Amino acid sequence: MRFVDEYRDADKAQALATQIAALCEPGRQYKFMEVCGGHTHTIYKHGLEDYLPENVTLVHGPGCPVCVIPMGRVDDAIAIAQRPEVIMTSFGDMMRVPGGSASFFDAKAAGADIRMVYSPLDALKVARTNPDRAVVFMAIGFETTAPSTAMTVLRAAAEGLDNFSVFCNHVTILPAIKAILDSPDLRLDGFIGPGHVSTVIGCRPYEFIARDYGKPLVCAGFEPLDILQSVYMILRQLAEGRAEVENQYTRVVPWDGNARALRAIGDVMTLRPYFEWRGLGFISHSALRVRDEYAAFDAERLFEVPGLRVADPKACQCGEVLKGVLKPWECKVFGTACTPETPIGTCMVSSEGACAAYYNFGRFTRRRMTEALSA
Amino acid sequence: MCLGIPGEIVEILTGPAGGTGGGDAAAGPVQLATVNVAGVRRAINIGLLGEEQVCVGDWVLVHVGFAMAKIDEAEAAATLEMLTGLGQAYTDELTALATSDIS
Amino acid sequence: MTSEPIVDRARPQQDAGFSTEQQVLDRIDRARRRKPVIREERITLAHGAGGRATHTLVEALFVEAFRNPVLEGMHDGATVPAASGRLAFTTDSFVVSPLFFPGGDIGDLAVNGTVNDLAMCGARPLYLSAGFILEEGLPVADLRRIAASMSAAAARAGVHIITGDTKVVQRGRADGCYINTAGIGVIERPVELAASSVRPGDAVIVSGPVGDHGVTVMLARGELDIEADLASDTAALHELVDALLDEAPGVRVLRDATRGGVATVLNEIAEAARVAIVVDEGAVPVRAVVTGACELLGIDPLYVACEGRFVAVVDHAAADAALRALHGHPLGAGAAIVGRVGDEPPGLVLLRTAFGGTRVVDMLVGDPLPRIC
Repeated sequence: MRFVDEYRDADKAQALATQIAALCEPGRQYKFMEVCGGHTHTIYKHGLEDYLPENVTLVHGPGCPVCVIPMGRVDDAIAIAQRPEVIMTSFGDMMRVPGGSASFFDAKAAGADIRMVYSPLDALKVARTNPDRAVVFMAIGFETTAPSTAMTVLRAAAEGLDNFSVFCNHVTILPAIKAILDSPDLRLDGFIGPGHVSTVIGCRPYEFIARDYGKPLVCAGFEPLDILQSVYMILRQLAEGRAEVENQYTRVVPWDGNARALRAIGDVMTLRPYFEWRGLGFISHSALRVRDEYAAFDAERLFEVPGLRVADPKACQCGEVLKGVLKPWECKVFGTACTPETPIGTCMVSSEGACAAYYNFGRFTRRRMTEALSA
Repeated sequence: MCLGIPGEIVEILTGPAGGTGGGDAAAGPVQLATVNVAGVRRAINIGLLGEEQVCVGDWVLVHVGFAMAKIDEAEAAATLEMLTGLGQAYTDELTALATSDIS
Repeated sequence: MTSEPIVDRARPQQDAGFSTEQQVLDRIDRARRRKPVIREERITLAHGAGGRATHTLVEALFVEAFRNPVLEGMHDGATVPAASGRLAFTTDSFVVSPLFFPGGDIGDLAVNGTVNDLAMCGARPLYLSAGFILEEGLPVADLRRIAASMSAAAARAGVHIITGDTKVVQRGRADGCYINTAGIGVIERPVELAASSVRPGDAVIVSGPVGDHGVTVMLARGELDIEADLASDTAALHELVDALLDEAPGVRVLRDATRGGVATVLNEIAEAARVAIVVDEGAVPVRAVVTGACELLGIDPLYVACEGRFVAVVDHAAADAALRALHGHPLGAGAAIVGRVGDEPPGLVLLRTAFGGTRVVDMLVGDPLPRIC
């Protein structure tokens, strides 16, 4: 596959690994956070940690929008889906996320009409072909996906559809990064910055991280070589005493972002004063809702939802994992009560959650295999 | 929320115009294209791409049915070259190591 | 009926009336002896009631398609001569949606799938049963197509469908058609194929490119608006298995990689034999278009169902002979050695990625959901 395979070349990886090791100060510990769940997934899927020296640790960040959805919002979505006139449409990732008592999967088994879609445009198609039903799209994602939802709402408005709405759970990445930076629990040396979010917002918004907190950030692509190159670039900054925002993913990320995408978001959505993030608590100006002008497409206004705050199960430590304070295996219930078949928290459900990624892929990297065998 | 896949535009389609204008991208004709990902074809919306023309043969990053960005082939080549360069430095280093003689 | 005329002298026209009645009765008799013909366009609940409509359906559609002397006996059960040696026996159910897809239909799957289960035991497949659960409203033409597919697949595989059953359920159930089968075969070789025979050092072979069937069906559902030049790999594998067992000694176990894909099969073997299996990602044959579709949807081809592929674990000394045997048969042209059996860590399947790292390949959890994120 073009633009993919070239960035999975093992020989180049080996070369990069050597260069990375050469840049590390002996005896110094380096902790970099990869913000995006997609990066976490790539790291584990391709065993990238095997290419990093012992003193470089990757810490997993909260950039997994499925992982940060509070249980109460899942319950709200299920309440909407259970109405007989509603067809709920959703990305596949959401299907097994546990709410207070059930997931979409469970609700579907109990009779709710919940359908998986690849794109919000597919949901629009369902609305066109089912004029007598109310089609709701479960809109999740960071700024990468918000423009697609926005464009779909605009298209629905342009076509005069009266049976389509979105349940908007879009969140924005910068407040989460700031929450991490302000957290006393963490001491990070640099960030592997979001890749696809940056195609929308560009690289400029991250400048405060370098300027105010003195940490380097490199916007990274999603192939293994992209991530390794980004680690190399962060280490080079540190070795040269710099703290800047750099773009490794230049083939796709424009420094100034995508004006049309930002305009679409701005036209259709506006920031909520605050929003609850699972594990991170309430963060102000961190999430989007549908603007009043498009109220006819806002599921929250069309349907009554319980709107209850559901506390995470006591045993769940997703919050600390999302902040990078705990590694997945350090969570008390990881692998025992909480597994991919019986997930307690979202980090285990989403295929990009750190716990799922680690459980499914990372459990036996070569390094850990050696450790396990010699134990 | 990250899954973006590179795909090649193989056909530009234009859908019917909808609604009453208003200056937003979606009020005009729907901008669609067929994208090919390793032999798999799907219609995607190219309305988020900038004013520059998108042509058949261009490569784009596809995310949930929308093209998010055009893939800059020059930048892609540059990244690869940088990666190869690093590799070359590595190979050069190894060669130098193997052939150096300080006795 | 006697030939004595029934005459009512009071009504002289009765002569003509009697002939008419006789003619009518004769006509009815002839009609009843005529070949049954299905007049309806769609299956109705009557077709499942066991009465005339069922009989017509069975005779005019199923027996017509599956013609063989045992079936035409039309008993409650089929009787066949007992084979000597060991019998292989299997059962399977088919609920695929949509019923028709590129490369085949539910009928092909039903026959090939059952034959393959028997082939994985090293058996020569002989007889199948076919039970149908039909949805009220299913077009009879569709059912004819399915039966024709089954007949053709059975002929290709050298098996007979000798007994069956038909039920009809209300509109809205059964997704058109569900098929349950059972299959009997005879094991003529002195071969014991079992996961427990697998040992460290053995080679793991896949008989061809993986994921074709699952991706084909997912795309054929039409919900994802994706097109690709891809067809199901459904096929009867017993001859390929014969070729393998004839030419390569030391075959430990054969498993067909249906639901859950190659990854699930390998996990089952690793668990049963308490061994580790290390797979080389670059060696697993996958068509470019399957890779593309899986990348787009965020699923792993290792977990996608095949319907015409099997995994073989063989003594490493026989690996080359095994591969040659498979390559010599059209269905095995894409066969490849994909990995090795190790002893640590037991019960685990590991993947050496094309990139050089290692990761775990766990048993499938849930349904392969397209990853969007």
